[in-house]
Amino acid sequence: MAAPEKSLLPIATGARPVNGGHWRARAKGVLLPALIVVLLETVVRLGWIPAYQMPAPSDVAATLLELADGALGKHVLASVTRVASGFAIAAGLALVFAAWVGLSREAEAYLEPTFAGLRAIPSLAWVPLLLLWLGIDETSKIVLIAIGAFFPVYVNGVAAIRNIDRKLVEVGQMYRFNAPRLTLRILLPAALPGLFTGLRSGLSMAWMFLVAAELIAATKGLGYLLSDGRETSRPDIVLAAILALAVLGKISDGLLAALERRCVSWRDTFSGEHPSGGQP
Amino acid sequence: MSEALLDLRVQRKCFGERLVLHNVTLQLQAGEVVSLLGPSGCGKSTLLRIIAGLETHYQGELRLTGEQVAFIFQEPRLMPWLSVERNIGFHDGARYDSAWVRQLLDEVGLDGFARALPKALSGGMAQRVAIARGLYSRPRVLLLDEPFSAVDAFTRMKLQDLLLTLARRHGIALLLVTHDVDEALYLSDRVLVMDNRPSTIARQLHVPLAHPRDRRDEALARLKAEALTQLQHAHVI
Repeated sequence: MAAPEKSLLPIATGARPVNGGHWRARAKGVLLPALIVVLLETVVRLGWIPAYQMPAPSDVAATLLELADGALGKHVLASVTRVASGFAIAAGLALVFAAWVGLSREAEAYLEPTFAGLRAIPSLAWVPLLLLWLGIDETSKIVLIAIGAFFPVYVNGVAAIRNIDRKLVEVGQMYRFNAPRLTLRILLPAALPGLFTGLRSGLSMAWMFLVAAELIAATKGLGYLLSDGRETSRPDIVLAAILALAVLGKISDGLLAALERRCVSWRDTFSGEHPSGGQP
Repeated sequence: MSEALLDLRVQRKCFGERLVLHNVTLQLQAGEVVSLLGPSGCGKSTLLRIIAGLETHYQGELRLTGEQVAFIFQEPRLMPWLSVERNIGFHDGARYDSAWVRQLLDEVGLDGFARALPKALSGGMAQRVAIARGLYSRPRVLLLDEPFSAVDAFTRMKLQDLLLTLARRHGIALLLVTHDVDEALYLSDRVLVMDNRPSTIARQLHVPLAHPRDRRDEALARLKAEALTQLQHAHVI
């Protein structure tokens, strides 16, 4: 399929060109970051950018290794625990409310205006109140993360339910399904793709608000590491923390994505490729 | 005459201010095939939906002997997340009767597709699955809303023959909504021509031909001419 890319491949994949399309796609994705790393390393080593502003990638890697030997585990554990608890609370509540509002016009009439109003508040505006009410310990951080993650899950959940094909619901009505059966057999599976979209964007919001919470007041966590690096003028620590956040975000999203693939593999969607049979 | 399987009288059925059905009576005997022929928006589908229980706001009465009515929609309406076999046994969920499902798969000519997902099926195959799903609950009456209008002409002929064979084998009466005069005449014992706005059953055409029928039969051609005349009188065409 990808004949024109032939010349690029050996550069990017090194000794692994055998495994066909899969590795080719991987290699294409690695190319740009690899170029940036090489460029930065060169530019910093040549002294075009001062190292106290932009440390060389190799220095960042060294710092990361050093941290991994020491305190990084503690910070990662603190951050992951906060994200996990905040996201779990948010997702649970959001799914319940999304189901309620999505399935009942009455509930929509009562609840939706309130949620729409709350959604209009930038979530970080809650920070002072949370600090006043809950102090600066774990609770305020977890609540802030939960607030941030709640709305994507809720909004996508309601949309997922309201976008269910009425024609499929009619099949259930034809069979005289009662409400629980209709929900379990038709509404839930039909809404699943949309629910996953919400969960995944909720999770990414959870990471975002984790950093906000930890930047404001924390004694451990990756956000703390970020502000610590700034206060001690160590951009290599800041970059190491950013890298750790990127990896954790990618892993957690990957877990959800794998679950999504398992649950909604039935979807008949455009995969972004032309059929190889050469149809127009 | 034995008691009808289905006896429907609709005095009035409105959508908002608009009267769509007015004084429609319809009966269906056991094993009978009846077509409703009429213009778009004349309320044919609404009539079917009333019988299926999908429309409940109307003035009139519906008597069904035995509750066994199944509906086949214009589109297959298969659950995309379920395999073909689970779609056919959809009514019973995970505890479906797999021997019966296998027999139905065989009867609609989809042996070997039990575990396929709907996205892997062509339109004609998906409609075969929909027919099997309709038969799964062992209905006495099968309601069909333009069931073959979305497939190509050759597939349509095959599906028509399949439908007739299955209806005969399982002793099912068919009530079919269609736009296709040939389809109505080929399949039915009676063709009911519906009028427009407010709709009522304007005319009835008997098709006194034995099954299996030959599509090239001249009697069918004569009946078609007659049907077209009646459609003209009913201001459908």
